[in-house]
Amino acid sequence: MTSTLAVVQQFVDAFRYVFVGGESVTGGVQVGGAELIPLLRNHLVLSFVSVAVAIVIAVPLGLVLGHTRRAEFLAINISSAGRAVPPLALIGFFIAYIGVGFDAFGLVLVLLAIPPILTSTYVATTQIEPDTVDAARGMGLTEGQIVRQVELPLGLPTTFSGIRIATVAVVATATIAPFASVRTLGLPILFPNVHGPAGQLGASVLVAVLTLAISAGLGALQKAITPRGLKTVAPERRRGLFANLRRRTQTT
Amino acid sequence: MQNWDRYVEPFFQHVLLTVVSVTIGFVIAAAMAVVAHRRRRLNGPLVGFTEALFTIPSASAFLLLLPFTGFGTVSAVIALTAYSLNAMLRSMVTGLAGVPEDIKDAARGMGLTERQLLWRVEMPLALPEIFAGLRIASVTTVGLATLAFLIGAGGLGESIESQISFKSNVVVAGGLCVLLAIALDLLIRSVQRATTPWVRARLT
Repeated sequence: MTSTLAVVQQFVDAFRYVFVGGESVTGGVQVGGAELIPLLRNHLVLSFVSVAVAIVIAVPLGLVLGHTRRAEFLAINISSAGRAVPPLALIGFFIAYIGVGFDAFGLVLVLLAIPPILTSTYVATTQIEPDTVDAARGMGLTEGQIVRQVELPLGLPTTFSGIRIATVAVVATATIAPFASVRTLGLPILFPNVHGPAGQLGASVLVAVLTLAISAGLGALQKAITPRGLKTVAPERRRGLFANLRRRTQTT
Repeated sequence: MQNWDRYVEPFFQHVLLTVVSVTIGFVIAAAMAVVAHRRRRLNGPLVGFTEALFTIPSASAFLLLLPFTGFGTVSAVIALTAYSLNAMLRSMVTGLAGVPEDIKDAARGMGLTERQLLWRVEMPLALPEIFAGLRIASVTTVGLATLAFLIGAGGLGESIESQISFKSNVVVAGGLCVLLAIALDLLIRSVQRATTPWVRARLT
């Protein structure tokens, strides 16, 4: 165990690395501080593009499968299967067989993001009241219109929760992109021989704050996009208020 | 096949990291679930806290512990335990909340105290959910433990990373990770079948 003072000192060094920067351990190269901005930009661009591609693939697929109730086993279990493959193994596989770089690593992230989005979209679509869909059909909506105008908006909160999970996983995994020669914020974490222990710790704090901020931001966005009709009193609270009452009337 | 020995030690280290972390995590999550079940108001903050822990990328979490607990297995286990909490706490809370009110009323009517009710009625009925959470946590932990080498705790991640562009190495080490995850999942499933004989429906 190191003393408290030494721990504080390490964090002070880490913050100096993040906000001021300094010379690399190997010498000659400036690291940290403003040099982190391109890394942050790469990190965000890589994550954003990967999630966008995954959404374009998984949301329509989930909607169609959910609407037609096809391939239930696949749609439900793909996310548990996806969990069993560690990102590092997937990355190793891609590096060994396809190569390094932005596209190869982006593909890994897309593959990582598809399962949670697909499963949540499927579940969202199948959980919609059959009466609502029947009513829409009775009003003369075509199947395509039902998918776009009824099932997509009503399932949006659940679909979005999957997108949020996928985004957080992608931003987290983009940290190990430097293994595939993509310069993200993970660079100082994976190469302390260049960036020093301060860089390693500083970047770790930065990445942790970044993911927490993105997760919180998407959580707020999820609340904002929930259609007003679906925003009811939180079921737990409602249960707490009235369940007792009902129980009492039942048991007496 | 003469290189097989290279994977034995990392494999067992990986198993050790996973099993120890999930076991400790299970105990902590169970304690949190009981607290959340008794005091409903704490439910949201507790689940939110474990979710925030889970959000932190593993690569950075391992290294955030470095100034406190240094290099080695202990730091890795602390981080992996923190990760395993979310899935298990969620499933335990869902399981306990899903026990029908009628059954609890019947048990109270038979004179069970709240403590007896929890351990003899609610917990057993929540078992399918609890096992589901345990399976998710185990499989996820196998994946997260691949980065434990960053803090000097070895594991199969070290084997993958050490020769990341050597095809058969990546296939063997990565394949062992996947197999370990599947094996743990099957093991927990069979324990689940044995301990909840009343659930004959298909396991989700």
